[in-house]
Amino acid sequence: MADVNRGNRPLSPHLTIYRPQLNSITSILVRITGNALMVGAILVVWWLMAAASGAAYFGVIDGLITSVLGDLVMAGSALALWYHALGGVRHLIWDTGRALDVASADRLGWAMIIGSVVLTALTLIAI
Amino acid sequence: MVELTLPKNSKVRTGKTWPKPHGASNLRKFQIYRWNPDDGENPRVDTYWVDMDSCGPMVLDALIKIKNEIDPTLTFRRSCREGICGSCAMNIDGINTLACIYGMDEIKGDVRIYPLPHMPVIKDLIPDLTHFYAQHASIMPWLETRTQRPEKEWRQSIEDRDKLDGLYECVMCACCSTSCPSYWWNGDRYLGPAALLHAYRWIIDSRDEATGERLDELEDPFKLYRCHTIMNCAKTCPKGLNPAKAIAEIKKMMVERQL
Repeated sequence: MADVNRGNRPLSPHLTIYRPQLNSITSILVRITGNALMVGAILVVWWLMAAASGAAYFGVIDGLITSVLGDLVMAGSALALWYHALGGVRHLIWDTGRALDVASADRLGWAMIIGSVVLTALTLIAI
Repeated sequence: MVELTLPKNSKVRTGKTWPKPHGASNLRKFQIYRWNPDDGENPRVDTYWVDMDSCGPMVLDALIKIKNEIDPTLTFRRSCREGICGSCAMNIDGINTLACIYGMDEIKGDVRIYPLPHMPVIKDLIPDLTHFYAQHASIMPWLETRTQRPEKEWRQSIEDRDKLDGLYECVMCACCSTSCPSYWWNGDRYLGPAALLHAYRWIIDSRDEATGERLDELEDPFKLYRCHTIMNCAKTCPKGLNPAKAIAEIKKMMVERQL
């Protein structure tokens, strides 16, 4: 029997050979944006705490957060927040048993991608 | 646990390039995963050239042609050659499917063939499905009844029978479970899309009388709830079934019975 060599069996390749799918990419991005938002949230809290602690310290942190790099991080956080929120909405729809066929799931995926970009642009225009 | 990289003994090396067949003008390149349990070496990817003018249209036709004419040691499972036995499930061109019903005209460029992902390999394209089958057995894949056996048969209305469509057709090829990243990382405890689709098939069978126990059994952070609706299962199923939908229905029943 083939079982003589059971202990040494290799694991077949997975991530490196499986073709990325719209559904799998939009799914992992929900998790990635969720984690990235923790960093954004910490920055915002830091900024608020600086504002509470006095004008001098606030000036330093405010300068940091409104610098070009700070703007980029905050714009990225806005994009992540919108994307993550839309991902949450998609999960709410799915939890009711709706839109679980492949075509609908892919449509929702594109809606998340396009929707988060549009909403981020509107957010940046509004502020 | 999530282990993104392959263990040392599983890293894939470049293998042998087999000679092109003589006198053929319409050649296609095949890159196929090989692992021999007897030589103590790591897996490798071999390159073959197949004459498309004398080959059938499906990927399985090419595999059989390679085995017959080029390399008799190439090892894979196959039986029905019409998508009903589920034996020739493998990863073709980056997705899991049945080699016998996947046409080579659907593939652009070289044909890359690997065993079903994240499974222990017995040899070449043959994964060890022992654990996968054990998980299927664990969901009690049979009609469980408590009341007295009827004189003739367990009756079912046409409407109730319709609920089993899209579920009973599963051939247990394991394409869905091995396409699921959650199953890759937590397959030891997460039941995976195939076993859960079967669980749902018995849960909603009007004749089954163990619905509560079946749901109790699945009320577990890993067995059921490692499904994050990634949907790779539904997209890859060679029979066009939707395990993600079946799992969502089980989750709904879990909530509804608390109300």
